[in-house]
Amino acid sequence: MYKIAVLGDRESVLGFKALGLDVHPAETAEEARKTLHHLARDGETAIIYLTEQFAAEIQDEVAKYKDSVMPAIILIPGKAGALGIGMQNITDSVERAVGADIL
Amino acid sequence: MPSANVNATRMELTKQKRKLATSTRGHKLLKDKRDELMKQFLDMIRENRALRKKVEEGLMKAHGSFTVASAVMSSEVLEQSLLYPKQSVDLSMNYKNIMSVNVPIYQFSTRSADNSEIYPYGFATTSGELDGAVDALSSVFADMLKLAQIEKACQLMAEEIEKTRRRVNALEYVVIPDCQAKIKSISMKLDENERNNTIRLMKVKDMMMKEALDTKRQETARALSLYK
Repeated sequence: MYKIAVLGDRESVLGFKALGLDVHPAETAEEARKTLHHLARDGETAIIYLTEQFAAEIQDEVAKYKDSVMPAIILIPGKAGALGIGMQNITDSVERAVGADIL
Repeated sequence: MPSANVNATRMELTKQKRKLATSTRGHKLLKDKRDELMKQFLDMIRENRALRKKVEEGLMKAHGSFTVASAVMSSEVLEQSLLYPKQSVDLSMNYKNIMSVNVPIYQFSTRSADNSEIYPYGFATTSGELDGAVDALSSVFADMLKLAQIEKACQLMAEEIEKTRRRVNALEYVVIPDCQAKIKSISMKLDENERNNTIRLMKVKDMMMKEALDTKRQETARALSLYK
């Protein structure tokens, strides 16, 4: 059985606790980076939902796991709103595959 | 262009020809693979976009209610209310093979089937906004899981397509032309050698004929002088 983790600032992720997900609040980007690293390595967490606000600051760490099957790091908007990074990532993978943004 | 030093031998020629045949076949297969991957990838990416939009909207709505709830309630009470969840989610993961790319398929099961179990608190001390927020989150959760699956699949497929595309290009623009040029240069050198050889033989034959003719002539001359 695998776990689903939610990583972000306290207020953005608190609600997910009610759904029974593993919630990891982080205060700073550095803390988020450490938690992400830890979660990605533990071999039990299949999906990590990460708020875009943190993702923007630790993009290099997120990019590391792009090509591995586990974990899937999925960006979600934090309470401050969507930054469009998630959408940008989709465009990036199209560009990577096709060589140009064709959509 | 062709690398300068290839051995102009028949063995090398056969080797290069075999390499060319393999490369051409590989190129065709990889091209087919790329096209099929691309087709599936584009379908998936469209779905990914739509789903992400939906999830982002759903989450923003949930965050909105949450903000209101945290304004109405003190943060301690809010945190306390959510401290011990009643519900828990188990996730199982399988793999699906799409054109040699292993993509994950997620299935989740909640510990209790009852939907009202998502509220881990008594309704007396909490605000109605919190119920709304939790409800909005739980309704968007199924889509979030689907998003995770599709987005990961898209990322993995993008990587595979990139790899395949590079291989196809390398074969098409480097390996195959190089091979063809080598074959051409070897067969030209071999032909040249062949012609050289023929000419040499013809020369030798000419020389031998001349020698034979000369000895014949000398013999005839001697015979004639004896007869006189």
